[in-house]
Amino acid sequence: MMKQLLLGNAAVARGLYEAGCAVISSYPGTPSTEITEEAAKYPEIYCEWAPNEKVAMEVAFGACLAGKRSACCMKHVGVNVAADPLFTISYTGVNAGMVICVADDPGMHSSQNEQDSRHYAIASKIPMLEPADSAEACEFTKLAFELSEQFDTPIFLKMCTRISHSQSIVETGERKEPPHKPYIKNIEKYVMMPGYARPRHPIVEQRTRDLIAYAETTPINRVEMGDTKMGIITSSVSYQYVRETFGEDVSVLKLGMIHPMPQQLILDFASKVDQLIIVEELDPVIEEHCKTLGLVVTGKDVLPLEDEFSQAVLAERFGLPMPPSTSLEVKIPGRPPVMCPGCPHRGLFYTLVKNKCTVLGDIGCYTLAAIAPLYAIETTECMGASVSSIHGFNKALGAEAEGRTVAVLGDSTFMHSGMTGLANIAYNQSNSTVIILDNSITGMTGHQHNPTTGCNLRGEPAGKIDLEELCRAMGIRRVRVVDPNDLAACDAVVKEELAANEPSVIITRRPCVLLKHVKTAPAISVDPEKCTGCKACMKIGCPAIAFREKKAVIDHTLCVGCGVCEQLCKFDAMGAGK
Amino acid sequence: MATNIMIVGVGGQGSLLASKLLGHLLLHQALDVKVSEVHGMSQRGGNVVTYVKFGDKVYSPVVGKGEADIIVSFETLEAARWVESLKPNGTIIVSQQQIDPMPVLVGQAEYPKDLIPMMQEKGFSVVAVDGLSLAEQAGNSKAVNLVLMGVLSKYFEFPEEAWQEAIEACVPAKVLEINRKAFELGRNL
Repeated sequence: MMKQLLLGNAAVARGLYEAGCAVISSYPGTPSTEITEEAAKYPEIYCEWAPNEKVAMEVAFGACLAGKRSACCMKHVGVNVAADPLFTISYTGVNAGMVICVADDPGMHSSQNEQDSRHYAIASKIPMLEPADSAEACEFTKLAFELSEQFDTPIFLKMCTRISHSQSIVETGERKEPPHKPYIKNIEKYVMMPGYARPRHPIVEQRTRDLIAYAETTPINRVEMGDTKMGIITSSVSYQYVRETFGEDVSVLKLGMIHPMPQQLILDFASKVDQLIIVEELDPVIEEHCKTLGLVVTGKDVLPLEDEFSQAVLAERFGLPMPPSTSLEVKIPGRPPVMCPGCPHRGLFYTLVKNKCTVLGDIGCYTLAAIAPLYAIETTECMGASVSSIHGFNKALGAEAEGRTVAVLGDSTFMHSGMTGLANIAYNQSNSTVIILDNSITGMTGHQHNPTTGCNLRGEPAGKIDLEELCRAMGIRRVRVVDPNDLAACDAVVKEELAANEPSVIITRRPCVLLKHVKTAPAISVDPEKCTGCKACMKIGCPAIAFREKKAVIDHTLCVGCGVCEQLCKFDAMGAGK
Repeated sequence: MATNIMIVGVGGQGSLLASKLLGHLLLHQALDVKVSEVHGMSQRGGNVVTYVKFGDKVYSPVVGKGEADIIVSFETLEAARWVESLKPNGTIIVSQQQIDPMPVLVGQAEYPKDLIPMMQEKGFSVVAVDGLSLAEQAGNSKAVNLVLMGVLSKYFEFPEEAWQEAIEACVPAKVLEINRKAFELGRNL
């Protein structure tokens, strides 16, 4: 045993390792990404990035079917993509244990919505464990495999941003290789056609009843009795906020297993306290359960449905004293995230704005082109939606839209679920222009490889999908490749492809400037004699260019010399060594 | 009661290394520790905040209004953004760098002037350092985080060897000497 300070996600990875997990397939997504990255540091575990979460979940299922403990990891919205296999592997059950790690993002630190994954556990009838710190993250991961095998079910391990991205102390142990579970052909269990699926459904219902019985006595559903005026039922990071706010005297029922929930345990706890309070982030899942048990509770009538909690939120909502604090009597400007200096997306978005394009966007760093000063991206829904939606947009409006509308998405997002949208364009023939921003990496989540980069998760050489060949093979005849930092070339290609009377794909190719192997150029300077203060260079929204005393100035600690601003200056005022 | 530190700055300035170093140091002082970080979107030049909490027992990983003992800031505006989190008479250690956020760059907002005297007037103890120059003096402009950790180290009674051990454990060997020097420059201010 060794005490370590571990990120919640690293603690899950440690749990996967100690439990003898052999195969992990995932798609990166904040705040889940580090689970798989940390697990990949253990050579005993095969780890991979799959093209999307559905594939990842099916890979993990295949591995558990073969008799090895497996896992797949994703962010909350990834479960939407994987929902198809999810609901049916609930019926088939597993062979060796299978854990589905899902990380929610209350507060939407890095997400497009605030959906509550607990509903998936209920809807798919799959049990879900919910740790409240890194120590539990490690411990619950190991327990999850035991339960998966004991109850013949895949199992969720639910994280959230504050558990995933907080470090706390974990006592780590050794890896235990589980006994091998040979694959045995079993058509009735694994072929879910109606005749075999029907008899599986009652098995699933009985499993839930068995799991409820387990939930009544498992030590991870823990009663901490104190003062009985008030009793709080809570789970996950909310437990920490409860203890911080109400102290160590208040009675708490901490649920480590959030689906299915116990009944008698809750009723007994409720009978011992005068007032029952439910503290849970996002939706009233525990609260609704308590209400179906006939209990009167305080919950979402006081606490918000939105955003993450904190001790301050609880204190404010329950009318407790807040610590004194002071703010300055001055307006502090916001600091939204921006595309980095030298970001290869910038040149393209400048071109699209210049050509007054309608831009249907997608999920990635380029979403940041929606904010000042570019205001270029007009929609962001989910992975791949830009490609499918442009087809609908153009079918609805015809020529009126076709000549000025583009879909933009990254290389990884295209492989994730842009391809199927492009298949639709190629098949049902809309005159759509799809732009793949190929920066040779999955950028926003922190540089993960994907099927187009030629490297696997560990950075070793791997298969490489050629985007141009792929698009052509799908029936797109017009496939163009352009350097987005070459503004003239970029402008010409965009104009030509918008004018073309058939589907087209533009690949803007330049690697992410933050990649270690990318060489940057010397910083650009502004000649104050030549600068007229016209602000043409300010239109690209580069954080390295500021405007001081009516002249442009470049911050040399930020500039990487990409030269895009230089191309915009009509007065020859910008360049290296000016 | 836990001691609460906030490390704030602009995405990409190196606050993750600072929190890693503090975490390592505190773990080896046999204290309960929680470090809450920000990953993902806000790292792209947005404002970032890391909470470091330690004591006999730490529950919540986050620091609320009026709870922070010390704010360590890599940038002046970011120190001002978070003063509400400080306890009355709390301490602000700030590297006096000015990085204009996009609303300022595009002329939608102004970078407020005289933030440091403003913070002092509120009763906070403000230690303003020229982190960038000191880091350059140590050999690398990226070592601002170690300069700030050096300043911070004076507020605790942990032995200097414990800090040195944490630096050695958290900093890559090839830049160890630069980082040691940056820490020293901060500690001796």
